[in-house]
Amino acid sequence: MAGSTLKIEGLHVEIDGSEIIKGLDLEINGGEIHAIMGPNGTGKSTLASAIMGHPRYEITQGSVHLDGKDVLEMEVDERAHAGMFLAMQYPSEISGVTNSDFMRSAINSNRGEGDEISLMKFIRKMDSKMDELEIDQSFSQRYLNEGFSGGEKKRNEILQLLMLEPRIAILDEIDSGLDIDALKVVSKGINSMKSPDFGCLIITHYQRLLNYITPDKVHVMMQGRIVKSGGAELAQRLEEEGYDWIKEELGIEDEKVGEQA
Amino acid sequence: MSVDTKWTYDENYVREYSQKRGEPEWLTEQRLTAIRLADELELPKPEKTNIKTWNFTEFKHDSGEAAPIQSVDDLHEDVQALIDRSTEEQNLIVFRDGKPIYRTESDHLKEQGVLFLDIETAAREHSDLLKKYFMGSAVEVDEHRLTALHVALLNGGTFIYVPKNVTVEAPLQTIYWQEDPEAGLFNHVIVAAEDNSQVTYLENYASFNREQSAVANIISEVYTGQNAKVSYGGVDHFEKGVTTYVNRRGYVEKDGYLEWALGQMNEGNTVSDNTTVLQGDGSHADTKAVSIGREDQSQNFWTNIVHYGKHSTGHILTHGVMKDKASSIFNGVTKIKHGATKADGQQTERVLMLSERARGDANPILLIDEDDVTAGHAASVGRVDPMQMFYMMSRGITRTEAERLIIHGFLAPVVNELPIQAVKERLTEVIERKVY
Ligand SMILES: Nc1ncnc2c1ncn2[C@@H]1O[C@H](COP(=O)(O)OP(=O)(O)OP(=O)(O)O)[C@@H](O)[C@H]1O
Ligand SMILES: [Mg+2]
Repeated sequence: MAGSTLKIEGLHVEIDGSEIIKGLDLEINGGEIHAIMGPNGTGKSTLASAIMGHPRYEITQGSVHLDGKDVLEMEVDERAHAGMFLAMQYPSEISGVTNSDFMRSAINSNRGEGDEISLMKFIRKMDSKMDELEIDQSFSQRYLNEGFSGGEKKRNEILQLLMLEPRIAILDEIDSGLDIDALKVVSKGINSMKSPDFGCLIITHYQRLLNYITPDKVHVMMQGRIVKSGGAELAQRLEEEGYDWIKEELGIEDEKVGEQA
Repeated sequence: MSVDTKWTYDENYVREYSQKRGEPEWLTEQRLTAIRLADELELPKPEKTNIKTWNFTEFKHDSGEAAPIQSVDDLHEDVQALIDRSTEEQNLIVFRDGKPIYRTESDHLKEQGVLFLDIETAAREHSDLLKKYFMGSAVEVDEHRLTALHVALLNGGTFIYVPKNVTVEAPLQTIYWQEDPEAGLFNHVIVAAEDNSQVTYLENYASFNREQSAVANIISEVYTGQNAKVSYGGVDHFEKGVTTYVNRRGYVEKDGYLEWALGQMNEGNTVSDNTTVLQGDGSHADTKAVSIGREDQSQNFWTNIVHYGKHSTGHILTHGVMKDKASSIFNGVTKIKHGATKADGQQTERVLMLSERARGDANPILLIDEDDVTAGHAASVGRVDPMQMFYMMSRGITRTEAERLIIHGFLAPVVNELPIQAVKERLTEVIERKVY
């Protein structure tokens, strides 16, 4: 089977009664890398969490389909089983559960009963992916994200990405908190996933990540919508000129959600 | 006694029962005093838990003779699974409904003069020694109706005696198996470790029938002599129908060390009292306990350490998980008496609730009558963070599996610290059974 398609149509999302996403359309196909940029508080993380099924977000209108299947009907774990993945802006810490137990449990949940990965195979895979991301082996026995530095958490998210091999991944500010070397390592990891079977949505504030991972499409989010889309050159221009020119072009005074009339 | 038509346990019954077992006069007398007391005394009143409606009176007391078995292979496979096989040397007594049905002990134990006997045999063959410890300084018959009933109706248990300067290498293990789901267990355990001795004792309480109702009324007395060390490990796993009163008491003399490792995993309503008296200077107690409550179970746990000795140290660490509609009260009491200078009392109680309908209370209590001490406590009652749940499920982990991981993770700081490997393993298995 060729790559998957994630199709978002007319999406509206509320949290605690206030609307954050206000009609958003986006299609991501296997083999494509999309980037979403946009000022703070414009709904980028909300979009990512809502697609993955965060319980606090309510979808009031619109649809999300993965290869024609209604994603919004699925439980969070079922979305993962269907091939979706979200690297979170702020990954949770889980005390008492080792990174390695967590990862094995996740892999086995995705493979299903009777098809569990052998311990040897799991260890070999985990070892090699950790090497690839230059994560010290000791992290496999540490409790999940507990006491990890900001950068270590981000690397650990990418480790999970490489271990779980989803068909569609959303990476929310995977570059924030990374030093230059880590940025290279993480980018290399993401690039290693590149294939016609893998579609990716990268949420970022900085062009620097996109120097390592060339996006096919770049979208700008403001006021809970995609207000402009283009190619890799759009990110370049944003880096140089900021967002003011877009606001001017579109007559937007305040880009944040909820502030406009 | 509350008016109950089924209640047939009176002085005559108790006297006959005692005589049938060939008990010494003093024990018969103690039983008779106790059955009279049971009439007058009230039930205990554990704080914030109403036990008045709990079944403490409906059970079958005398399960008759039990045929011994020749080999552990003849045991129910769930019972076999409880046997600790971590050491080559095996010292084990298996009880069925209070009666010993299998016993093995190393020759080494006999050579050392160690007694490891069911309490019925101990009463007949070592009457004087048993009398010295039975209902001794750790516990009183007239504390309340349940202690009195316990003595009156005592029908099983173990007597362990370790002479001075003797170190028992391999653990002594008992399994108290309730096979008849209506059998009431009035189980009494004594561990008497004389000065400079060392012993590890492991016990498992188990039943496998979920439906019928019965009572377990358990008292343990642990006497830790000067400079002696006792490790006491227990995993309780009675099924839903069994109402449990369990009272484990310790008494520690100068420089003695008593450690408790308890997995309180009953499925039915439970009142637990675990009290250690640090009598001697430099005595030390360490209590670690974990618990999981589920369905509509109600439980009340008291963990007390009482300091009399100077430089005595007492540490309590309790973690509990509440699921479904379960409710539990965790009380930790550190009492430091006047004169116990330089005593150190620390306690931590943590409760995790997995459902909206679960209830958990953690009450750390420090009662200190001495200035020159160190004492501290920490307590928390929390719920699973929905962000954690979302995070785990977003990786494909089902809600049940995520709960399983979170429960293991929450209990890990206690389980990993348990001093007895066999208890750790048994407990991990029971936790595994309880998380789904
Ligand atoms: N419970 C809530 N009630 C009302 N508004 C909320 C609530 N939670 C979040 N918001 C708002 O939703 C908006 C979008 O937040 P979101 O996290 O999606 O932004 P973002 O684009 O990811 O920003 P950043 O670039 O800073 O990560 C913000 O203005 C935020 O304050
Ligand atoms: Mg964000």
